[in-house]
Amino acid sequence: MKDLSQLDVPGPTKTPLTAPFWENAAEGKLTIQKCGSCGEHFFYPRPLCPNCWSSDVAWTEVRGSGRLKSFSQIWKPGHPGWLPVTPYLVGLVELDEGPTLLSHILVERNEAKIGDRLEFIPQNIGGQMLPCFKYPDNKEEPV
Amino acid sequence: MRHLSPRAAISGIGELKPVRRTEGVTTLELLMQVSALALEDAGIGPDQVDGLLVGPQVGETPQHVPAMVSEYFGLQPTMSNMVDLGGASGPGMIWRAAAAIAAGQCETVLCVLGNHRNTPAPRSPNRNPAREFDPPFGASGANTSYALLMQAHMAAFGCAAEDYAVIAAGARGNAQLNPDAIFYGQPADVDEVLASPMVASPLHLFEIVMPVAGGDAVVVTTAENAKEGPHRPVHLLGAGEKITHRVVSQAPNLTSGPLKPAMARALSQSCLGIEQIKFLSLYDCYTIMVATTIEDAGLCGPGQFANWLRDNGGMGPQANQPINTHGGQLGFGQPDLAGGMTHVVEAVRQIRGNAGERQIPDCETALVTGNGATMSEAVALVLGGAQ
Ligand SMILES: [Zn+2]
Repeated sequence: MKDLSQLDVPGPTKTPLTAPFWENAAEGKLTIQKCGSCGEHFFYPRPLCPNCWSSDVAWTEVRGSGRLKSFSQIWKPGHPGWLPVTPYLVGLVELDEGPTLLSHILVERNEAKIGDRLEFIPQNIGGQMLPCFKYPDNKEEPV
Repeated sequence: MRHLSPRAAISGIGELKPVRRTEGVTTLELLMQVSALALEDAGIGPDQVDGLLVGPQVGETPQHVPAMVSEYFGLQPTMSNMVDLGGASGPGMIWRAAAAIAAGQCETVLCVLGNHRNTPAPRSPNRNPAREFDPPFGASGANTSYALLMQAHMAAFGCAAEDYAVIAAGARGNAQLNPDAIFYGQPADVDEVLASPMVASPLHLFEIVMPVAGGDAVVVTTAENAKEGPHRPVHLLGAGEKITHRVVSQAPNLTSGPLKPAMARALSQSCLGIEQIKFLSLYDCYTIMVATTIEDAGLCGPGQFANWLRDNGGMGPQANQPINTHGGQLGFGQPDLAGGMTHVVEAVRQIRGNAGERQIPDCETALVTGNGATMSEAVALVLGGAQ
């Protein structure tokens, strides 16, 4: 696996509202917000539910598993700090609870395909633990 | 659906030849130069301009943009605003100008976009979800977003890389008929597109617009005023707009975009079916954008764009429904937000009948599309020679 921890890349521009997402993820807990009024999970963080505009929203830990909705292998990154690890994979991960996150996909080879099951894993990128995704550990085993 | 009434018309256009680099030139200078071209083309003086629509990227001026541009131009408009719809800003200006005229607030609106390309400015530390949730994972810039959209489209419908490359090759082909295009003299066939470097799979370099400096300006006025001008008026027959999201992770659909309802509204207002549109002036930041737009316009079913293009006879002026005869942004270059306006300007040339070597025979109607952010800001216009 390429060493992402030494990259000189921009980290998240957290705000007091969004900080729990990043802080919990760094500790191994994937949390997103859930609306107490309409019951929808949503991402990214907001002060009100974007579905019904209720302020009854709370952080909730999700299973951390999801489906790869799309992906791209990046050869020419938008930020030069990523050049040492090209090509690398980013993807859209649709969580089992509904919302979609864009994330970094950790793969040994670039064998991804749409629909693959993925699991949340905290990963050190540029000195910060960020919520990334990987293939379940039993993927390589014959069925 | 309510129709546009009374209809406004485009009486003037201006366009700067794109260049890769400018040094020391300000955006305001370019905007004023291209505006002068549009006014001259319309046969009017600045004293006849009482409306002004500008874009947000007048680098020197983060706020009070319309006032800054007005003052610089020596204008005192009775209606002025900034239109911030990314690549859809140009088409978005055209119907807003018509609406302001219909509301009785002004008669003649100058719509102008452009930008310099000097030494890059430092990236802004924006505090918004587009900055917070994508770049930390290595996904910054539009290329990644459109690569994700393209991968999803390929997988959903089983389209091949060659299918999309045809669009880039077609744009390069059309650019050979436009001496102003950045890729004039540099055609590329499908094999060359596929041999160009992979940027963000499945997007190759030649499937991505080249950033250039430049500008485009359009004069919108009443149909009556436009009759007095030196050129055939080009009427706004219908318009539609839709905004669905900003960052690609929040897209409600990866294989169909907000242009679908926007085009449906524009066509409905114009009382024309898509098959009655002669010229398709389709926003083309990436090949995938044209593919999705062809399908969302109802020209063919999902995943069928390549077959449709083949049956259409390609994209050139002799095609059944020609596409992006100026080269599109893939062949002409993308002068920042003015890139979207190049599609309006080319439609006006074609309907006027003065597109020269690339003139489409009997071009009476055009569909213009604009697209911004991550296939999330959409504007469609139907333009026509008849009122
Ligand atoms: Zn709710």
